[in-house]
Amino acid sequence: MIQTMSIKVRIPSPLRNYTQGADVVEVAGNTVGEVLNGLKEKASGIETRLFKAPNQLNRFVNVYLNDEDIRFLKNLDTPVKPGDELSIIPAIAGGAYSRRGSSARVHIR
Amino acid sequence: MSYVVGLKCKECGHRVAIGPVHVCEACFGPYEVEYDYARMKGKVTRQSISAGPKSLWRYKDLLPVAEPRTGFFSGFTPFRKALRLGKELGCSDLWIKDDSCSYPTYSYKERVVSVAISKAMEFGFDTVGCASTGNLANSTAAHAAMAGLRCFVMIPHDLEQGKVLGSLIFGPTMVRIRGTYDDVNRLCTEIADKYGWAIVNVNLRPFYTEGAKTYGFEIAEQFGWKLPKHTVVPTAGGTILPKVYKAYREFIELGLVEDNEPKIYSAQAAGCNPVVKAIHKGIDIIEPQKPNTMAKSIAIGNPADGYYVWHAVKESGGWGESATDPEIIAAIKLLARTEGIWTEPAGGTTLAVAMKLIEQGRIPKNESIVISITGNGLKTLEAVQNDLAQPEAIEAKLSEFDELLARQEAKGEPAAKPADRASRPAVSVI
Repeated sequence: MIQTMSIKVRIPSPLRNYTQGADVVEVAGNTVGEVLNGLKEKASGIETRLFKAPNQLNRFVNVYLNDEDIRFLKNLDTPVKPGDELSIIPAIAGGAYSRRGSSARVHIR
Repeated sequence: MSYVVGLKCKECGHRVAIGPVHVCEACFGPYEVEYDYARMKGKVTRQSISAGPKSLWRYKDLLPVAEPRTGFFSGFTPFRKALRLGKELGCSDLWIKDDSCSYPTYSYKERVVSVAISKAMEFGFDTVGCASTGNLANSTAAHAAMAGLRCFVMIPHDLEQGKVLGSLIFGPTMVRIRGTYDDVNRLCTEIADKYGWAIVNVNLRPFYTEGAKTYGFEIAEQFGWKLPKHTVVPTAGGTILPKVYKAYREFIELGLVEDNEPKIYSAQAAGCNPVVKAIHKGIDIIEPQKPNTMAKSIAIGNPADGYYVWHAVKESGGWGESATDPEIIAAIKLLARTEGIWTEPAGGTTLAVAMKLIEQGRIPKNESIVISITGNGLKTLEAVQNDLAQPEAIEAKLSEFDELLARQEAKGEPAAKPADRASRPAVSVI
């Protein structure tokens, strides 16, 4: 059996409490869907934040493969290859400043 | 007196305290400001609003800001009956809400930016920014300059010169991104995340979007404390349309206007119409598009609030249509020729779509109609420069002028006759 390659998945700050604060996680899989499903083994609880139902992303979750929205590709069936990078970005103008996240570097006067 | 309760997720109802957050921790849905309307009743009245300043801050009780810090002269723009345009379209009750002259950068964005920057200062941010197709950058840069804040504006690389210079003059750090607005927006999401700045349309979005309600409040107040039956609104990122609808619903809730079941219509360019497509399909899934239209200020293929535009349109019983680039230019020229208002392609789109909806019979000609003009044509000279004939140059001789008039007459332009001396207006010399 051929070993599946791991690719990098970038985690936005609102989800980093599931990844012990990590902003990048390496996950194995042959498609975007497999990679995202594989995330739950490294970040327990994250699956309900990403998926509304099996193979159906939540409305406000956007996923980009190498800077391209997967909806312009083959959605969750888009194949991935070594060196690819997945980014998860909240849809409403995207990621939040989170007081809990690692980005809590507010410049206060 | 503040009537703000907190932030509430529009999707799952999860509540948090007011703060610079916009994505629900529980479901990724957007947070929206929650107010205590029951406590407003009897206190927020036509009289209390009328007594306020002639700016968007006259609606402060319905905005999530403790103390305004900027925007003291923004908003409260003209609301006019469009007699000549109405005659042209056969409409007897046609109105224009004209934000092409909103102070200080001539677009509706003053409203959202005034609220977002006031809130950013309340939170203690010293750096603000935005992802913009131009108008928002202009407004953010100007208000940041007034407030003395550091400012970063991010725009697509190919914007009109007027929009680029119209930001640069205020001294922000401007970054042109090689990509579409959607790429810019995504980058800003990551910038807000990493640097913790107040990106007005990203992490201050729950407050920013509330500012757009003032456009709807003004329509209702200026129309004589009643609501127009039909309001046509352009859709780009999808901020203004649901908020105009919300403004109408809030005034109804507070008993300030009668509920006449106002309908809201979305206008998009044919080269970028993901929301209108979804409205036509009847499914609230907004498929993103790669924009291809000269209406750059509304070229947003992945609209952040598209889903809420869809629902506001459906709930109100409205509709959506899109206009091609030639239709947009023709509408810009028609509005200028009939009403003396020069709008940008977004305004041309709104008028062109309104004309379609009237033609289709979706909007009856004898009912009250408002066309939302949200931006100024002086910023987008490129849009019309090839569609207007270059003026002829002549020598300073009356004979050459006579010949020019004769040539125009031959081309079918209205003939000009020398005036009868007796009928000329009297000129008094002091």
